[in-house]
Amino acid sequence: MDLNGLAQTSGEWLRGTGPESDIVISSRIRLARNLAQFPFLSRADDAGRAEIESLLREPISSLPVDGELTYFSVNNLDALDRQFLVERQLISREHAEMHGSRGVGIGAEENVSLMINEEDHLRLQVLRSGFALDECWAEINSIDDALEEHVTFAFSEQLGFLTACPTNVGTGIRVSVMLHLPALALTKEIQKVFQAMQKMRLAVRGLYGEGSQAMGDFYQFSNQVTLGPSEQEIIDKLKEVVDGIIKYERRVRDELVVKNRQRLHDQVSRAYGILRSAQTITSEETMHLLSSVRMGINLGLVDGLEIPTTNELFIQTQPAHLQKLRDEHLESAERNVARATYIRQRLGSSNHEHN
Amino acid sequence: MRKCSRCSKPATLHITELKEGDVHALHLCEACAQEYLSNVEVGQESEDPEDLFQQQIESSIEDLEDVDQLSCPDCGITFKEFRSQGRLGCPQCYLAFENELMPLLENIHGETQHTGKLPKRAPEASRRQYELIKLRNRLRTAVESESYEEAAQLRDEIQKMETAFSEEPDK
Repeated sequence: MDLNGLAQTSGEWLRGTGPESDIVISSRIRLARNLAQFPFLSRADDAGRAEIESLLREPISSLPVDGELTYFSVNNLDALDRQFLVERQLISREHAEMHGSRGVGIGAEENVSLMINEEDHLRLQVLRSGFALDECWAEINSIDDALEEHVTFAFSEQLGFLTACPTNVGTGIRVSVMLHLPALALTKEIQKVFQAMQKMRLAVRGLYGEGSQAMGDFYQFSNQVTLGPSEQEIIDKLKEVVDGIIKYERRVRDELVVKNRQRLHDQVSRAYGILRSAQTITSEETMHLLSSVRMGINLGLVDGLEIPTTNELFIQTQPAHLQKLRDEHLESAERNVARATYIRQRLGSSNHEHN
Repeated sequence: MRKCSRCSKPATLHITELKEGDVHALHLCEACAQEYLSNVEVGQESEDPEDLFQQQIESSIEDLEDVDQLSCPDCGITFKEFRSQGRLGCPQCYLAFENELMPLLENIHGETQHTGKLPKRAPEASRRQYELIKLRNRLRTAVESESYEEAAQLRDEIQKMETAFSEEPDK
């Protein structure tokens, strides 16, 4: 796997296919596991971290998952490559920024990412485009089983899998679904969704996890409770809740089209117009406008543009992707110009018109 | 028809808010409700998970100063260190700080017994024990949601398992 080559594609999670993919961007499940015979990472020195990495690297690289698994020593990657992997959701921001021996095994389709020495010794992650939690669970469960043939995980009969942070103990599972909810955001109905989630102990986060803003109207919904219910019960609950949110978003979209078609059409067209003609544009504005256009395509208000193209643009206009595509280091202001140029090219507006 | 409590338009939305155990009823027209809801602190804007976690630790433990001195015999981490970084030092910490962690876990998860996946190497006896715990949990949910037919079925299953265990000769 060549990281520079990956920049040309959107990656699995933005492929724009799979069930309910007009609203559900991706489904993801991660499991936290720790080796029984080592302290957690907060108490592991450099030698300890190196030992854990070498112990896990072998079984991970030989796992029978979607073709070839490529292993990257994250501590040997430069900052741009690390940021690139974060943008593709193949490693967490924490994993990119920590120190010491650590690595990630990535499946050929970018469906699987296995992080060594993140907050826990091992963080397994399986991603799918669209609403496909059962498929995610089937795959991650079998990866977990296969790893158990080689290593012993810290486990207690009462508390289940033992994790560095008590908020993950038990199943160690985080089930999350990334939704694109422009209509709920536009009408502020999303606030009601937030309130309902809080009561159900479900978390809502932005595009890039904890603390990140809900850029481009992307919201990640995930479980907070990991101890008590079984993995299947946690998955089923999230499925039920997400089903409700999808219906809610559709209903509000339909109402918007009926009641405010002209205004909506105007908003979407303006967003499209800015993207096709801007000469400099920030990542944030790009996300915001792309979100409008993406909804416009789903509602039949935009012609000649496909969802996968908007999905690709969401990721390819991120800072590290942009620099990889251009194959040069760019400062923030230069990126804004490069971003605008790239978007104009991709959206097929003729350049001479604007120069 | 009730009037909006903020202006004189008819109230179309009725919001019941629970704040620290108090119940507030609000009757608002659509415009005022929109404004109200967009100003309420919700979702990721208001709760930083780290802060929430700290609060949960502090609120679930009474004599914090004494407890802070405790340390794990295996990795040496003190409870105070755990509290400041939010991460335990090793699997053994869960035993060393058991008395302090249990109320915290109850607070975070609402439960303190794992019923999910078991490692493949777990002994047969604990596998069955788990099955029983799971069934009892399902029975409780069934009773709570008044699905009596399902509850009756689950009760039969539990009884069958329990008798099977007790009839089995000890090895």
